[in-house]
Amino acid sequence: MRFDVLVEVRLRAGIADPQGATIERSLPTLGYDGVRQVRVGKAIRFALDAADEAAARAEVAEMCDRFLTNPVIEDAVVTVEASS
Amino acid sequence: MTVGVLLFPGTNCEQDVVEAIRALGGAADIVWHGDRHLATDIDAVVVPGGFAHGDYLRTGAIARFSPIMTAVQEFAAEGGAVLGICNGFQILCESGMLPGALQKNRGLKFLCTTSEIRVDAGGTAATAAIVPGTVLHLPINHFEGCYTCSDDTLDELRADERVVFRYVCNPNGSRDDIAGVCSAGRNVVGLMPHPERASHELLGSVDGNAVWSSLLKSVAQAAPRPTPARLSTDAGTPTERHAP
Repeated sequence: MRFDVLVEVRLRAGIADPQGATIERSLPTLGYDGVRQVRVGKAIRFALDAADEAAARAEVAEMCDRFLTNPVIEDAVVTVEASS
Repeated sequence: MTVGVLLFPGTNCEQDVVEAIRALGGAADIVWHGDRHLATDIDAVVVPGGFAHGDYLRTGAIARFSPIMTAVQEFAAEGGAVLGICNGFQILCESGMLPGALQKNRGLKFLCTTSEIRVDAGGTAATAAIVPGTVLHLPINHFEGCYTCSDDTLDELRADERVVFRYVCNPNGSRDDIAGVCSAGRNVVGLMPHPERASHELLGSVDGNAVWSSLLKSVAQAAPRPTPARLSTDAGTPTERHAP
């Protein structure tokens, strides 16, 4: 089966995010006054062939741990959907 | 007795390191990242600065899987001296050979200046010939030099005197002003400043030579490497990252 995978890499809670802070300071100057808690991350999308969804999720989890994230400062939210 | 200086695609400080070591009477050779073994006459490894593999994904994230890194990790595990500078420091952190991580500078600016760096721990591969407390004038050139680690890791680094270098005036938001740290065995050292760019009077400072003299001194004191141990033909799978 083929799956569409989205890995959202985020800075862990408590890790400073100077990019997010800069965006948060900038938005009010454009008139957007209600924005809070801006955090900048990365989105990595790919297609993955795997036996089933559980196998796909297990493989993506391993990729995140070994390569796609640095566990010292980052974690990931993974979305796996069967390709249409 | 030779210092192996790693060359990845995108490394750009390797010749400066070779020159700095040779100027002090040491021997140095370039080692290609795609090699699977360190030559048996290599007694220390330098991971120099630059942008290994374009810094894609994260600084050092791809370089740590280069074939030579398995041999470098084995070399370090046996007590071999390994010095990572700037991008090399980032690679050593990504590979789990040093704790912590380097993030974007707190001010989001690329820093290119000379900074005062205090040596806070002696007896490491980079400070064996330096009296702790000495302040060195060394260039920094980085965008991602903000040292970050967990509270537990910081406690451990302080307790074991493994914070080797600190900025006198913190330029990048690094935790505890940290500019460089070492491994538990004190043989693996990483730092953001560039000692090779302060290795001749023409460059404005010779303070970096204290670091190179230290590296050569620690190599001279180390026992000779056993010849056969490093000749395993198994390329090996990349070792897993140990989160500190």
